[in-house]
Amino acid sequence: MESHIAEIAQHTGGVIGLSWLMIAFPLVGAFVLLVFGRFTNRWGHLLGVAMSLASFAVAVLAFFELVGFGEEQRRRAVHLYEFIPGMVDMGLLIDPLSISFALLITGVGSLIHIYSIGYMSHDEHRRRFFAYLNLFVAAMLLLVLADNYVGLFIGWEGVGLASYLLIGFWQFKPSAAVAAKKAFVVNRVGDFGLLVGMFLIWTTFGTLAFGELQPITSENPTTLAIGLLLLLGACGKSAQLPLQSWLLDAMEGPTPVSALIHAATMVTAGVYLVVRSGAFFFPEGSGAALAVAIVGAATLLAGAIIGCAKDDIKKGLAGSTMSQIGYMMLGAGLGPAGYAFAIGHLITHGFFKADLFLGAGSVMHGMNDEVDMRKYGGLRKLMPITFATFFIGYLAIIGFPLLSGYFTKDGIIETAVHHQPILGWLAVLGAGITGFYMSRMVFMTFFGQKRWADDAHPHESPSVMTIPLMILSLGALGLGAYLVLSNRLLLFLAPAVGRPEELPAFHFTSTPGLATLALVAVGAAFAWMRYGRAEVPSVQPRGSFLTTFARRDLYGDALNESLFMRPGQWLTRLAVYFDNRGIDGIVNGLAAGIGGSSGRLRRIQTGFARTYALSILIGAALLTGALLLVGNI
Amino acid sequence: MTTHYLILSGLLFAIGAMGVLIRRNAIVVFMCVELMLNACNLAFVTFSRQVGNLEGQIIAFFVMVVAAAEVVVGLAIIVTIFRTRRSASVDDANLLKY
Repeated sequence: MESHIAEIAQHTGGVIGLSWLMIAFPLVGAFVLLVFGRFTNRWGHLLGVAMSLASFAVAVLAFFELVGFGEEQRRRAVHLYEFIPGMVDMGLLIDPLSISFALLITGVGSLIHIYSIGYMSHDEHRRRFFAYLNLFVAAMLLLVLADNYVGLFIGWEGVGLASYLLIGFWQFKPSAAVAAKKAFVVNRVGDFGLLVGMFLIWTTFGTLAFGELQPITSENPTTLAIGLLLLLGACGKSAQLPLQSWLLDAMEGPTPVSALIHAATMVTAGVYLVVRSGAFFFPEGSGAALAVAIVGAATLLAGAIIGCAKDDIKKGLAGSTMSQIGYMMLGAGLGPAGYAFAIGHLITHGFFKADLFLGAGSVMHGMNDEVDMRKYGGLRKLMPITFATFFIGYLAIIGFPLLSGYFTKDGIIETAVHHQPILGWLAVLGAGITGFYMSRMVFMTFFGQKRWADDAHPHESPSVMTIPLMILSLGALGLGAYLVLSNRLLLFLAPAVGRPEELPAFHFTSTPGLATLALVAVGAAFAWMRYGRAEVPSVQPRGSFLTTFARRDLYGDALNESLFMRPGQWLTRLAVYFDNRGIDGIVNGLAAGIGGSSGRLRRIQTGFARTYALSILIGAALLTGALLLVGNI
Repeated sequence: MTTHYLILSGLLFAIGAMGVLIRRNAIVVFMCVELMLNACNLAFVTFSRQVGNLEGQIIAFFVMVVAAAEVVVGLAIIVTIFRTRRSASVDDANLLKY
């Protein structure tokens, strides 16, 4: 069994005691920008960047203070206030897991804030954009820093709101408005799972604090149910099967949003949830953990297949995001041995995917917001910096030896082959497909013939956009090696998530690793033949059955429509019919009946005094007769 | 002896009631109402005499007072209606209906 998870120590003072500032800074930024509105138009974006950077600074200082403690004291709880008396104490948990996330969120978040200054410079609502970005950063930090499920849930909903607002940022586009709504609705399904899971935790264990739940070694039906419900929540937020459909549509939002929310941070919240709850509900070898791994493996293949057929560069990257988070979920389903690689891949993916997305944004910026890769081609000479950074991100994601993705993805694959051979070899296959679709993307965008529209004048983006790209590509270059070699991340995370029995050693020449490299090479070569050497048609060809299958997102939308939307519509129609005919019929019928009968009854009032006199007489006679009859008189 | 008085009272009441029902002239209807009231008075006095106390006779006085008040108001109404509508028929004053 894994060694125990470290106890949580109460903490006051120091930077960690002030770690609530991490959340407060961007929250204040969002508040100022939203409340003071147009008055902040001129300097609003600078405030947004400053708040994000301030948050990053606090995170860095807190990180160094945390490292100063001994390994077993590295879980520090900061009590803030009593949230629900007798039930939930609101506090922050600063431990290796949460601080890793905080650094990723604020670090990559700040770079994307800076990039957005350039990317959104022509948008008249730039100030509002930065307000939402700050709101997102605050909510995301609350999600990962809270020391209980209630705080996590508030952050969870907060990032959902920010995601909704930012996907629909260009709400004048009906497609963006619809995509935002779709993301919100699909996320509700996942949130339902998380919420019911929390109810179950509370009724079973009587606490929702991470520090008070006890790690389990074997699962019972209750923890299995909780695990599966939390997995449903994670599937919604992380776009895993079967709740994956919203992520591809979410690309309607501005590109920095896709990079920050729908690639680097928010969609990884599901992985965080699983890893954070791992010791409590997903013990090694349990059914819940197996479900996580299966979902991950299925999604990594589905996302990769979708990515192969998309001509929209952002949708291709979105499919790739689904796929990479599938890898993380697969790792998170393998117990403590996989957690470190899952989190490691999450961090490196945060860098290289943000790099790729921002690179795609830079290309779009220079191409009049064209997203169709069939209209690109041959851009590497005109956009040298974008090309170089994109190419590094590309090498990292396909797992080119010694780059970031190589170490973290290979770690997941090897651990998976070791623990769940079938899922592990599926992940190897997925890596091969990744090699194909990412190469296809690079060849279609930067190589080959020019296929631009007539009014396109491709140019390199300003330095406010290219500098964040360069920093991110540095992360994509070296971060993986730093985290994985000599198990740095694993040992750092061990107090928070546990430690496997034997430490994994990184082999450069293991069978799964070599097989992965071979498949990636085959995929890339195939892409070169199809899209590099051969001419790419600038109009989408019909494609085979398989291509259509992938283009239509594996018929995910059609499935949702026929399984849920149509029956739901029938149900509402039935309800409307019942309401119109049934309920309204009774109410209206009653009113009409009373109205009609009283209309006839009032004819008795003739207006002739003698008629009334007669009726009085008859009444009196009848009364007298009745009294006589019963003999009371 | 009592029976005779009661039969007379009943006859007077019946005549009055019939008059109210079949006559159209408001004055006549009014007189018939008076007839019915006085038929009642006769019955009260008769029973008072038979039972041997004065309560019935006191009630008769009350009825007379009420009748007098009614005459005052009733005649005033009839006169007003006649002035405005040039008619004393009770059937002509039939606007207050459904």
